[in-house]
Amino acid sequence: MSTAATVTSEATTSGTLDVAAIKAEFPLLQREVHGRPIVYLDSGATSQKPQSVLDAMDRYYAEINANVHRGAYHIAERATTAVESARAALGRFLGAPSAEEVVFTKNATESINLVAHSWGRTNLTEGDVVLLTMLEHHANIVPWQQLAAERGVEVRWIPVDANGRLDLSDLDALLDGVRLLAVTAASNVTGDLPPVRRLADAAHAVGATVLVDASQWVPHQPTDVTAWDADFVAVTGHKMLGPTGIGALWGRRELLDAMPPFLGGGSMIQNVTVDGFTPADVPTRFEAGTQPIAEIVGWHAAIDYLSALGIDAIAAHERDLTGYALRTLADRFGDDLAIHGPALAADGTVEDRGGTLSLAYRDVHPHDLSQVLDQHGVCVRAGHHCAKPLMKVLGVNATARASLYLYNDESDVDALADALADAGDFFAF
Amino acid sequence: MAGLEDLYREIILDHYRNPRNRGELEVPPATMAEGFNPLCGDEIQVYLQVDDGAISDVRIGGQGCSISQSSASMMSTAVAGKSLDEARDVLRQFKEMMSIHEHGLEGDDDAPADDRPGASGLGDLEALRGVVKFPVRIKCATLGWNTLDQAIGQSLDQSLDQAGDGPAA
Ligand SMILES: Cc1ncc(COP(=O)(O)O)c(C=O)c1O
Repeated sequence: MSTAATVTSEATTSGTLDVAAIKAEFPLLQREVHGRPIVYLDSGATSQKPQSVLDAMDRYYAEINANVHRGAYHIAERATTAVESARAALGRFLGAPSAEEVVFTKNATESINLVAHSWGRTNLTEGDVVLLTMLEHHANIVPWQQLAAERGVEVRWIPVDANGRLDLSDLDALLDGVRLLAVTAASNVTGDLPPVRRLADAAHAVGATVLVDASQWVPHQPTDVTAWDADFVAVTGHKMLGPTGIGALWGRRELLDAMPPFLGGGSMIQNVTVDGFTPADVPTRFEAGTQPIAEIVGWHAAIDYLSALGIDAIAAHERDLTGYALRTLADRFGDDLAIHGPALAADGTVEDRGGTLSLAYRDVHPHDLSQVLDQHGVCVRAGHHCAKPLMKVLGVNATARASLYLYNDESDVDALADALADAGDFFAF
Repeated sequence: MAGLEDLYREIILDHYRNPRNRGELEVPPATMAEGFNPLCGDEIQVYLQVDDGAISDVRIGGQGCSISQSSASMMSTAVAGKSLDEARDVLRQFKEMMSIHEHGLEGDDDAPADDRPGASGLGDLEALRGVVKFPVRIKCATLGWNTLDQAIGQSLDQSLDQAGDGPAA
């Protein structure tokens, strides 16, 4: 079910993106809110979907809907092939050595919970250390805290500095006794991109296993799980042009092979008798029950869409646009506007940073800010972004977050700046 | 279309700029309850001093957006001096006003809100009626009130304890 290739051929010219053509392929980006064209700057929460993804899901239901791995009739075979070719496409997109190492889940949260329940409850006992970073999303915190409460596992934190950048100066000491390092590849608050390979090497040197939360990385940057030397990688479909309700866990084959099932039920067994069950091989072992097949098909179309444009071209576009945003906001608002996270380099370049901009504007509360921005059709997220430990270090309860993606361009950044100026007027006391 | 002026009424902005009854009270004799808005990270503390079944002092701490802060400020002036029963009555009326079940989320944006002063017994608090048109903000407006509810509950527990004739919990 490869569907996107025809759609995007004109949207990329010699490695740079034709953003106008891309925007035109996203139905939601054509709508207006409050009488203004929508300016969608919340892809960090969820991305919009191109027509090819919507079409792929419709076509699935209209033409081949059947349960998979269960019927020997034509459409059931088509459905099974659709799921397995999506698994293969995702495996290639992640640089996985084998598609069988790709387990479908509901989202990144479930992927991490799968590791915590299945690998964690098999391998971790009282006194073992799980090392996290202060940049983590609650999805990569709470499952480990649950394990800590249940097993007496110790949760330890790699700190960040006041600007939200990882502070690795004490890494060696922090790694003492660590069995698992669980780290985000890209912060959903500050845009910081931790040095995953370096962290993985250090963790492996003390015999620890490495889980990477790649939720905010995979949509934006080329991914190679072997270059990271990761052991587990969690991804989520809806932030990378796919539908909600579908995600994946990539895991090293020998680790997955040794792990017990997480959820029990249909599909995940080899045999069941009144006395017990024998689990299936990976990845099926971890895919109990009927999977969200249409969502898997839609995610495949999303991966095709991103691949056709080229993830390198997408990353380059976002780097340029992030630079434009940082410069524009600094020029127009100076000290009235602070951005948490990596700033512009002295020479005006942007390095080592995703297009996630957490803003503090004068003393306007982020919630109020986003409300005024909404009147301009500008969608940003206000809140703690499910990263309360990090917010505490940054010294705020909430930020307004604008996050950029492949379909954003300079006009979106300009609209954000105009709306911010208006918010400043509205709340000028 | 619901515009910003439906949300940010002048009196709301006034309470945001000049919050009433900011501060803390010594606990005990006062009681303190803390509320969080898990969506946006706002937090609020409500301190209550209750004497002879009436709220003799109320203080608000914490931080949050204009809606949560002004709503808490207006709440503090609305319940100061009231008996606990009266305060709970205001609380019930306010939460009724904040419930969206009667309001369509789309379509009836243009329906005029009945926010004339005196349309209910809520007085100035009527200004917050427009929040209902912005469903995400309802939790902001009710944060202080839910916290007040808890603080009242604590006061009642405390007076039971002090009476000393209740069965040990
Ligand atoms: C860094 C990070 N990790 C994990 C998640 C959880 O993703 P999902 O809600 O799709 O499971 C998110 C999404 O908000 C995220 O930004």
